[in-house]
Amino acid sequence: MEYNGSAIVAMVGKNCVAIAADKRLGQQALTVDMDFEKVFPMTDRTYIGLSGLATDVKTVHDTLRMRVNLYKHREERVIEPRTMAHMVSHMLYERRFGPYYIEPIIAGLDKNQKPFICGTDLIGCPNFPSDFVVTGTAGSNLFGMCESLWEPDLEADDLFETISQALLNAVDRDAVSGWGAVVHVITPEGVITREIKNRMD
Amino acid sequence: MDFVGIQQEFAHAPATERHTHNRWEPYVDNGGTSLAIAGADYVIVASDARQSNGFNINSRYDPKAFHLSNNAILATAGYAADAKRLVEVLEQNAQMYYHKHDRVMKTSAMAQMLSNTLYGRRFFPYYVFPILAGLDNEGKGALYCYDPVGNMERVVYQSFGSASALVQPFLDNVVGFKNQRGADPARLLERDQALKIAVDAFTGATERDIYTGDWLDIFIVDRNGVTHEKRELKHD
Repeated sequence: MEYNGSAIVAMVGKNCVAIAADKRLGQQALTVDMDFEKVFPMTDRTYIGLSGLATDVKTVHDTLRMRVNLYKHREERVIEPRTMAHMVSHMLYERRFGPYYIEPIIAGLDKNQKPFICGTDLIGCPNFPSDFVVTGTAGSNLFGMCESLWEPDLEADDLFETISQALLNAVDRDAVSGWGAVVHVITPEGVITREIKNRMD
Repeated sequence: MDFVGIQQEFAHAPATERHTHNRWEPYVDNGGTSLAIAGADYVIVASDARQSNGFNINSRYDPKAFHLSNNAILATAGYAADAKRLVEVLEQNAQMYYHKHDRVMKTSAMAQMLSNTLYGRRFFPYYVFPILAGLDNEGKGALYCYDPVGNMERVVYQSFGSASALVQPFLDNVVGFKNQRGADPARLLERDQALKIAVDAFTGATERDIYTGDWLDIFIVDRNGVTHEKRELKHD
């Protein structure tokens, strides 16, 4: 879990959700890539962030994309975030005794535009908090930031500022995450994606 | 299995047990968190008062921030027994200093003495992460933080202990103005702002860290002396 380094956080706002991640890929202390994607759009309204072992990030993303597409064809509708959370949970528990080293976060708006966030552990035990979820090597730091910065019913632009400050200050105290960041704010009107510059050390 | 075989089985069983039992451990981590923020003419120190050992709570009120005789505050984290002994040693030496020089020890002198005291135990350290808070010669807030072997740095804010990973990034952000474009990083906080931030930091830390909670000791040092305040944190 600490081999590649990562920091991902998702937050609920007023009729919107945000998900943010750092961009570093390392091999322990050695930084290999400063533009490594960890948050992926699975539908127009649902994003997934995968922290942990980078090779499993790719595998789980590919497998999940396949399953989401199969769902779409079979059901003739787009998957809901809550359904996807259970799909991910199920996928991970299939590997109960030889797990993917992944701790995912799912964030999205459901069919009623209601915000949804979910985090699971590496074998798919889900939790559905009403405020925020964090994962990755900077998890403790993110918890400290979120616990003191987050407040209920943030508008999209305030939510962006809050999640950005939470992520930036968290990764600056973690040696194996950081090196750039990306923030997605999901609103009923669409998704706003911003790449953030920060300390590169 | 024959009788000799059974006998050997029994002979082996307690031998492995003995190794895991009755071992003396020189160090224990008692959890808890301390933080301090320095201002232009004051310094504020906050420590929670829970003392834990593993999943047990030894005490809900066992202070780990100490008001020293020269109106400095020593906030600690780590091993409570070592912290208490360290305060004894520090106070003894401060007393000796007073009688020798007929003068109360200044914060800077005590800061250096604390470093020397810690390094004096370089090969059997006090398992303590201390923060020394007081006023400097100009009356400004002075904060010194240490590692257990005496490596020392004067800082503007610091947190140590079980929830330091939660608290320190928050302090970086709101006290050090990190990642805030256009903010003056050298600006010092007003006293009421610093107090609010200290309390916020602890309510947040108490929410997620099982070793932090119960009661919060707050000390404020200024030119009029030291004021102490005890606040309640969550007990779960």
